[in-house]
Amino acid sequence: MTLITRRGLVGLGATGAGLLLSGCDKLAAQPGFRKILFSGDKINLGLQRALSDRGALAPEFRIDQMSPNFRTNGTRNPNTPDYNNHVATRFANWRVQVGGLVDRPLALSIADLGAMPQRAQITRHDCVEGWSAIGKWQGPMLGNVIKAAGVRSTARYIVFTCADLYNNAPYYESIDMVDAFHPQTILAWAMNDQRLSVGHGAPVRLRIERQLGYKHAKYVMKVDAVASLDGIGGGQGGYWEDAIGYDWYAGI
Amino acid sequence: MEEAAPPPEPEIAPAPEPRVIYRHRLATRLWHWINAITIFMMIGSGIGILQAHPRFYWGQYGANPDRPWFQMAWLPGWLNQLLDLMTIPSGYNLAISRRWHLTFALLLGFGLLGFMIASLINRHFQRDLRVRAKEVAPQHLAADAIAHARFDFHNHDDPAAYNTLQKLSYVATIFVLIPVMVLTGLAMSPAMDAAWPWLIDIFGGRQSARSIHFIAMVLLVGFIIVHLTLVILAGPVGEVMSMITGRWRVPNIPAPAEPEPEATE
Repeated sequence: MTLITRRGLVGLGATGAGLLLSGCDKLAAQPGFRKILFSGDKINLGLQRALSDRGALAPEFRIDQMSPNFRTNGTRNPNTPDYNNHVATRFANWRVQVGGLVDRPLALSIADLGAMPQRAQITRHDCVEGWSAIGKWQGPMLGNVIKAAGVRSTARYIVFTCADLYNNAPYYESIDMVDAFHPQTILAWAMNDQRLSVGHGAPVRLRIERQLGYKHAKYVMKVDAVASLDGIGGGQGGYWEDAIGYDWYAGI
Repeated sequence: MEEAAPPPEPEIAPAPEPRVIYRHRLATRLWHWINAITIFMMIGSGIGILQAHPRFYWGQYGANPDRPWFQMAWLPGWLNQLLDLMTIPSGYNLAISRRWHLTFALLLGFGLLGFMIASLINRHFQRDLRVRAKEVAPQHLAADAIAHARFDFHNHDDPAAYNTLQKLSYVATIFVLIPVMVLTGLAMSPAMDAAWPWLIDIFGGRQSARSIHFIAMVLLVGFIIVHLTLVILAGPVGEVMSMITGRWRVPNIPAPAEPEPEATE
C-alpha cells in the first residue's frame, strides 16, 4: 500500500482512462457487445412509444419563427440522366409508384398529390448532426395515400425508394405504420409555399416530423408497403442504417 | 415531512486505532461506479457527436446560415486536439458515437432515478446531503473555504459528515447538473418534443437545449476535475477504498468515536 503514491495514482488514472478509451473501440467491434450497444435503438423506441401518445404532434411554429435560410443536406442534386430529364420537364412525368402490400397500386403525379386533401405545417427539421431549421411543408398525408391504395393489414413498414444514388443503389428509408399514419407524416411537394427545390428533394419528399432528417427521404419515386425489412437493401431499413450503422429509429 | 433529525450522537467509545467508520452505503457505491463509467462514455461519445456540428445557437432553430453564440473552432488548437483524442469511438463516426451515447444515456437516466429512490429510502439524502440554512451563511461558507485552502477537509466533530462546499457540489451535481443533462438530452429528441411539449418550452427551444446540454457538460467536467483533485488531496487510497468497501479509515485527527453504522446494510 505504501508504494501507491499520489503521483502514481494520477498516472494510473490517466493510463486507465487511455486503456478504457482504446478498449471502447475493441468492445464495440465485438459482436456480443455490439449487440448490446445497438440495442439502445429498440429500447429507446419502446420507451418513447410507451411514454407518448401515438398521435402526439410535433411542435408547430408561426411564420415569423421560420429559419430565414433553410440549408440543404445529404444529396443536393441526384444528377442522373433520368432525374435531369425530369428537371427539364419540370417533373410533369414524375410518378410516385405506390405498391407492395396494397390492393390497388397507384402511380401519382405531382398534380395528383396536389389534388388530394392537403396538410400544411410549419415544423422544425432536426438533422442527426445537431442543427435545426424551421420551414413550412405541404402535401397529402401519407396515411391517406396508402389508404387510397388499399394498404393491407399485413403491411408493417412503408419503404421509400429515391432517385438519388449511393454507390449505384438508390437511397431508401423506411418507417413503421404508427408513423405512416401519423397526421404530420406527409408526402411534401411544396416548401415555404413554393414547389420543392432540387436541393430539398424535388419533386416530392417525405416529412416524418417526430424523427431526424435522414428519415425524411427526398426525391421519392416509390412507396412500398412491406411485411418485413429483410432483403431490402442491407436489411437494416435504410441507406445510412445499412452503410454505417445509424439507428433505424431516429426519434432521438 | 419529518423533523430535521440532528446527526446521530456519537458514542464515546474507547478509541481503537485506527478508527474505521461505515461511510458509504451500497446504493451510493454502486451508483458511484456505474456513473463513473457511464459519464466517461457519455462525455467521449458526446464529443464525437458534437464534432458533426461544432456550433451552438440559442432558440428554436440554428444551422450553418445562422449565427452561433459559440463554436469549437474558437477554442485553442491544442484543446481541440486533446478533445479529438477523447472521442468514442476514436475516429470520427457519428453513427457509432450516437449508439454509445443513446444506449449509455439509459444507464445515466435510470441510474440516477434508482440512486435517488434508494437514497430517499436509506436516508442518505436526508442525513448527508441536506443543506441547512446556517451552513450557507456567508461566514460559514468563508470558514469552509479557508479550511479547504488549508487542505483541512473534515469536520473534526463528525468526520463522516460532508463539509459544506462538498455537500453543495454534490447537491448541485445530483439535483441540478445531471438532471439538466438528462432533460436537455430528451429535449433534443424530436419524438419527446411531440410527447412532452413542455420539455422544449422550459429550455426555450431545441437549440437552446443543445447549448445548455453542452454548458452542463462543461460544468460536470469541472466537477469531475475538482472531485478527483480533492480525492487525491484527501488521501486517495483511503477514499477510493471507502467507495469500494464502504468503510473509511478516519484520518488521524482528534475526534470522538464513530456514529452508528446503518442497521439496514
